[in-house]
Formats: sequence, structure tokens, C-alpha cells
Amino acid sequence: MTAKLVFENLKHKPMRSLLSFLLIGVPVTLILTLVGLAHGMLEDSQNRARGVGADLVIRGSGTTSVTNLGPPAVREGYVKFLGTEVPHVTMATGVVNHLVDFPVVMTGIDQEQFDRMSGGFEYVAGHQLSGPDDILIDRLYAAQKKLQVGQTFSLMNHNWRVVGIIEGGKLARIVVQAKTLQYLDGIQGIVSQIWVKLDNPANDDAVVKDIESRTDLKVNTMEEFTEMFSVNNIHGVTEFIYVIMGIGVVIGFAVVCLSMYMSVLQRTREIGILKSLGASKGFILRIILAEAVVLGIGGTIIGILMSYGAWWLIRTFVPASLPMIIMYAWWPIAGAVTLVGALLGALYPGLSAARHDAIEALAYE
Amino acid sequence: MNNGLIIQTQDLRKTYRLGKVDVPALRGVDLRVKPGEFLAIVGPSGSGKSTLFHIIGGLTPPTSGQVQVAGQDLATLTDAGRTSLRKRTVGFVFQKFNLLPNLTARDNIAVARYIGGAGSAPDAQFEEVLRVLGIDQRLDHKPNALSGGEQQRIAIARAIVNHPAILLADEPTGNLDTENSAAVLEILCDLNRRLGQTTLMITHNPEAAAFAHQTLHMRDGRIVEKT
Repeated sequence: MTAKLVFENLKHKPMRSLLSFLLIGVPVTLILTLVGLAHGMLEDSQNRARGVGADLVIRGSGTTSVTNLGPPAVREGYVKFLGTEVPHVTMATGVVNHLVDFPVVMTGIDQEQFDRMSGGFEYVAGHQLSGPDDILIDRLYAAQKKLQVGQTFSLMNHNWRVVGIIEGGKLARIVVQAKTLQYLDGIQGIVSQIWVKLDNPANDDAVVKDIESRTDLKVNTMEEFTEMFSVNNIHGVTEFIYVIMGIGVVIGFAVVCLSMYMSVLQRTREIGILKSLGASKGFILRIILAEAVVLGIGGTIIGILMSYGAWWLIRTFVPASLPMIIMYAWWPIAGAVTLVGALLGALYPGLSAARHDAIEALAYE
Repeated sequence: MNNGLIIQTQDLRKTYRLGKVDVPALRGVDLRVKPGEFLAIVGPSGSGKSTLFHIIGGLTPPTSGQVQVAGQDLATLTDAGRTSLRKRTVGFVFQKFNLLPNLTARDNIAVARYIGGAGSAPDAQFEEVLRVLGIDQRLDHKPNALSGGEQQRIAIARAIVNHPAILLADEPTGNLDTENSAAVLEILCDLNRRLGQTTLMITHNPEAAAFAHQTLHMRDGRIVEKT
């Protein structure tokens, strides 16, 4: 009977109910979209790092961020040293990173070395780099920027000619010759990272120790490196998600509080009627809280549907910049955040309704 | 107190506080009602009729005096105790029907059963009452699809669904035309005879009061005459 009272009331004011669902759904969408973006971007980075086919990643000793978006800091001379002086290393190649438009990074490579290490790019159209102004872009970036092979476009105040469109999943979305990028950035002889391939991945720990004992480089196995691409390891992301969840609770609280407060005001006489029938304060409070739970659950469902809408918009308009994934594991978390907000928001109107004087409520017009 | 009486009040007083002013609504009411009696209470507006109903029905506590309803001392009853009284011992019928507008007639009755702690399916005796009330074919309509007479009959059905010992009817014919008024009064008399419930009815209408066994006249918060 409680369910009937709740659903009939929601049906009785369909526009109020629909608006409440929509507004409660907004923080759910916000949480799911931001978490999906954070995880999507990091997962994309992990996949592209693994796609290189290296066993070790070497960064400058001062590097603190896994994303390596700071200035390049590894002397290029180490590439030759690693390839010739360190046992078990079969090849090494240096790359130069340049942040184009967060989170899209242009990467300079020695294509001959890179192809040997990774097995080469898979070309959707065009061919490999041959000239200093040649550029490879991945399929998503080409779609986002509406670029085709043969077109020229400007990046870093430099005109590039698109010579190939590649499948994503290896190293970067935008690839140029390392020497050109070094020249444009004024960092000749410096690279951002050195990717190292071993004769046997089982030797990685021994090689890491060997390199670290002979240089001041920061060396990570591929497993260590990709593990760093987690939400918990990127400074500020977890805190940011907590802030968004807090905002979700506040929005849920405010929407349900306002909605239920109006509803209680509109139903003052009905509350009086229920009291005249012997309804206890607990019964009245239960109805209001049950309505808040229904609003919370409905809002969560609407929010999840809207997050698919956000996912579709992002995939359509900025697939390269914002790789978003749907995080099913976060549905119950976003739902719980919303329900907490909704229940807190219903508490004051619910207690207010439960405390209504029956005679005054029955006289309410 | 008690002496086989279902309602008994002695020097019952109720004073409302409006702002900084005390407004006495009852100024010492002595009332004795036997089980199964049908009493009409008449009097001008402000004479305390509704306040007396609200106290007997457990909607508000008295300020002073004694009041016993079905063996319970309402002067000492807690809010939860008064809620329990409304649930099982007293049924209300109001002038404005006071049906829940979002629910069908059937659900309006069911919600009273639910609050009263009964099962969802009405008993056979109640099904018979619905036929007597002439509303058994109108139960799936919401209040806005029912006439005033039908709404009041639904309200009566709701008031008696938990078999309360006392039925309090506050101007039950006040919003009805002559024909529907007569029908509702006949129903109240019939139910009083059939179910043996004690019925107290507030009315301004002498013809309606004539249906009762006895009429109490109230004025200025006191019972001034019994006829």
C-alpha cells in the first residue's frame, strides 16, 4: 500500500516527477561521464604504451609524471649506450613528446627503429614517414579533425603533410620524425623517453638494476609503467572524482528537498486525512522517504541513460581527445551517491509532514 | 469512570492559544454515551462541537478534565496512543468527504484497512456493507469521477472498514443535496442498527438530527440541553 501511495502521487504530478528524475539524473551523468573519461583516457594510454612492444621504459631522473608531458630530459646518447653496452638489450629507441592539445600528444620517432620494435603501424591509408614535414595521424584524430591523406595542416606553427592514417593503439595519435620535433622544440639531442626491448622479458629486473647502477635514469618495466596509468596514481584525479561525488550528493539533496517540500505542502490535507485514519508519524515519514528512494532510483536510471548520450556525443565529436568508456562498476556507486542525497533531502520535508498537526492539516485548503 | 459507557467526559476543557490570546473552546463538558447510541450534536458555529469531536477522536488532547473512550483515558494518552485509538476504535466521516484524490475509491478504503493493520482483502461482512451503501460498482473510480453522495458513501465505508466501536460524523450531509443527505442519514442509521456502532453526528440541520436517538445542544463550549 505504501508503494501504491508513492506511485499514485508520482503519477498525479507527472511533470514534477519527470523534472525531479531529470535533475537527480544530472549528477549521476556527471559522475559517470567524468569517471568514464578518466578511466578511458588512462586505459587508452596504457594500450598505446603496450602497443610499442617494449619491455622497459626509461625516463629522465627528474620526471615525476607518468604522462611525461614535461620537457624532454633524457640525453639521446643513451639510446646508443643502451643498445650496445647493456646486456640483454636487443634494441632501444628514443621518442620525443610534445603536448598539442591536452590530452593529445605529438610524438617524434625514428620510424625505422620504431617499426622494428613494434612491428610497425597498421595503415588505414597512405604510407610511412619519409620527409621531415610528414605526419601520421590515427583514425580517430583524422575523423575528429576531418583530415585525409595528402592534406596539409598547421600544428605548432608548422605546416605538416598527412602521409598516412594509422589505426590507433600504438604509442601516439600524432607521429612525426623525432628530428623535426626536436628542431621545432629546440631540444636537439634530447628525448622524452627511451623504449627498450630485451632478448627475454624475464631479464627485465636484472636489466633495470644494471641500468640504474650505471646511470641516473629512471627505469620501469612495462608492467610497472602501465600500472602507473591508474586513477589512483594520477595526482588529483581521485580528489576530483570525490568532489564531483560531493556535488552529486548536494544536487540530489537540493532537488529532492525542494521537490518533496513542495509535495508535502501540496499534500498537507492528505497527510491530515492519513493521520485521521490512524497513520503514525513513522508511516508518514516512510511514505516520503519511499518517494525519495523512487526518485533516486528513477534519477539514477535516467542519469545512466544520459551518460550513454554523453558517451555518444564524445565518440562522435571528440573521439581522439576524450576517449570515454562506460564504467558499469560505477553505476551502483553513482546510484548510492544519488540515493544518499535524495534521502537526506527528503528527511526535512518528511519530518515536517510527520509532525503536521492533524486538525490543522485537515483544515488546509 | 466507565459504568458500561463507551464515551464519558467530566468537566472537559480545551483552550486554544491563538497568538498571545487564549481561546476557550470547551468550558466543562460532561457527556455520557452508551454503546450503540446514535447521538446528534447541534449548536452554532464556535460552540465547541468540532473540538469535542477532535478530542473524542484522539486528534487533539484535552487541556483539562477527564475523558474516557472505549475504556481508555485520553487525558493521559500519548500521541502514539491517540494514533492507535484513531486506527482501531474511532472512524471519522467529514463534511468535505476527505478522500485521497490520487487513489480510487477501493484504494481509499484499502489504505484505511492497511493503516488499521488488517489484510488487504475486505471481509464478507464488509462486502455486504458496500452493497448496502450502493457503491460496490463504483469502487474503481477516483473521487473526481464520483458524485458528492457517492464520495460520502465511500468515506463512510472507509470509516467503518476496521469495525471501529465509534463513528464520528462531522456534518456528513453539509455538502450534499436533499436526496443524497437523506440517503446518507439512512445509511448511518442502518449501520448503527446493523453493526451496533456508537455514532456521534454533528449537524446544523434539525431534520438530520431527528434521525438520532438523542440530540445534544451545545453553546459556548458547554452542553446546554438534551432532547
